[in-house]
Amino acid sequence: MELFKQVKFDEPVREKAKLALDVKEILYVLTKSKSVLIGGMIVFIVIFCAIFAPLIATHDPYQMNIGDRLLKPMEHGHLLGTDQYGRDLFTRIIYGARVSLEVGFISVGLSLLIGVTIGLIAGYYGGWIDMIIMRFVDIVLSFPVLLLAIALVAALGPGIQNVILALGVVYWTNYARIVRASVLAIKEEEYIQAAKTIGSSDFRIIFYNILPNCLAPIVVVATLGLGVAIIAEATLSFLGLGIQPPKASWGWTLAFGMKFIRETPYLSLYPGLAIMITVLGFNLLGDGIRDLTDSKLKRK
Amino acid sequence: MQQNMLEVSNLTTTFTSRKSTFNAVDGISFHVEKGETLGIVGESGCGKSVTSLSIMGLVKPPGKVSGKHIRFDGDGIDLLHLDQKEMRKLRGNEIAMIFQEPMTSLNPVYRIGNQIGETLKIHKKIKGIEQKDKVVELLKLVGIPRPDEIFYSYPHQLSGGMRQRVMIAMAMACDPKLIIADEPTTALDVTIQAQILELIKELQEQKGMSMILITHDLGVVSEVCDRVLVMYAGKIVESGPVKQILQNPQHPYTKGLLASLPRKGESHKRLSYIPGQVPAPKNWPKGCRFSDRCPYVMDQCYVSLPPLFPISEDQHAACWLVKEEGREADVKHETVR
Repeated sequence: MELFKQVKFDEPVREKAKLALDVKEILYVLTKSKSVLIGGMIVFIVIFCAIFAPLIATHDPYQMNIGDRLLKPMEHGHLLGTDQYGRDLFTRIIYGARVSLEVGFISVGLSLLIGVTIGLIAGYYGGWIDMIIMRFVDIVLSFPVLLLAIALVAALGPGIQNVILALGVVYWTNYARIVRASVLAIKEEEYIQAAKTIGSSDFRIIFYNILPNCLAPIVVVATLGLGVAIIAEATLSFLGLGIQPPKASWGWTLAFGMKFIRETPYLSLYPGLAIMITVLGFNLLGDGIRDLTDSKLKRK
Repeated sequence: MQQNMLEVSNLTTTFTSRKSTFNAVDGISFHVEKGETLGIVGESGCGKSVTSLSIMGLVKPPGKVSGKHIRFDGDGIDLLHLDQKEMRKLRGNEIAMIFQEPMTSLNPVYRIGNQIGETLKIHKKIKGIEQKDKVVELLKLVGIPRPDEIFYSYPHQLSGGMRQRVMIAMAMACDPKLIIADEPTTALDVTIQAQILELIKELQEQKGMSMILITHDLGVVSEVCDRVLVMYAGKIVESGPVKQILQNPQHPYTKGLLASLPRKGESHKRLSYIPGQVPAPKNWPKGCRFSDRCPYVMDQCYVSLPPLFPISEDQHAACWLVKEEGREADVKHETVR
């Protein structure tokens, strides 16, 4: 012991502590993953359109003008033409982004709330609790998801709130499964054991110590889930079970355009494109985030 | 007479699987005096870590802890019969633990300062600026340079030795009465090992804490511990003051451990070793558990398990040889399990 007292080294600190998120690092990540860049840009544009819809739109989305019905694109100052009531299609699509994103974000938030909590509990406690919860998840998963949502909306009645509720209640199973799988791995980590030895309660360990460590897969699945929710909303609206007119919804506009598909195919084409591009954006973003978090794991 | 900080009596930790039941720790009794450092030595899989987890009440199901009592801090508290809520109040506050692997025992998503502050928040309800001051003070205490900066670091930015210092700061946060250090230096470089040991020893003396040091390194034991328990296959095979054990080991296993330490100036010699390995619990021999590796094995060893025979006032060894040599005759025989 005496011997070591003479030579005492200060151990080096590898890096300086960083306080704020590094802007350069974020830009670097963006340039590294093209799908995050492209997906992010699409998502950004859609969100921008939704927020600033009144500024971007060229007309009033609810203003009917029978004289101008079924105009072709670029006719009479209508960028994408008009629908059967003479409403400007471009404006309707811009306003439709609001509905799609609102349904997407809130229903995914609801699914997250249910799924993450249930997944955390199932994974952490294990045993018969896990058994019962996961069998219940299996039962929910055995239904065709969209049919279940249709049944729910049919029971509750159409309308934006019920669509959100139905999608939230139907899609939580994915999150529950993924969170449970992460928790199973994380709860065996030594820092969880260490948290126990300093006297943390189960609640604290689950939400303070485990949850932040399984955020990466949650973010990926939630981003992909936004795309799924938007398609589901469009499908429900297409079937007349979702958003009720005159509110602008991509699915409903697409469905209505079907009646005139021989004369004015673009009436269905443009809302369809809007749905496709938005979902593509979320999927690219989700995939990109997954790749980035995965490669981080590999680097370790 | 000095009071004992910890008194463990007949501690048994049983694991049940679908096929079999075995005792990872099998009826061990020991005590830790106030301000004393007790070493627990043994090979991997001999039940050292399970012993410490049993004391903390953190054995995971299907593990089950039983025994007569685990008395903590005098006569007041019996850890065996506390419920989880009362145990939580003790953990981190009165009994703290330091782990083997500093690389993985810090939560990667939180800053160092917040992690140390966690203990203070849970037990002392200290928050905000006051908490930060206290944490910086703790960082200084464990010899971390530039504590104000390290406060905001993440675990991955620190080296192993620094992280172990952080773990020690976490353990010290509430001035515990007993520290259980589970191989605190095993994962570190040799030079850092000495520093960390010295730090632990210093803090222990300064705060008057008791300590259980679990290790497989007899060198560490000789430097830090007052008394030592040698464990083999879930049993204590020898116990006593460090000096006596190192100079006059009685159990063949302890002798084997000592003989397998490398020595200065004997570079041309081959290291000696104990042949074989610790048997898995389901293969434990009926008699002495060391019998299949023991060079001095006798017929009796295969038949019955030797109890701890006193050698001197405070040294004990569980070996029939000790009894054969007639040092002690009036020991109660333990029945064969």
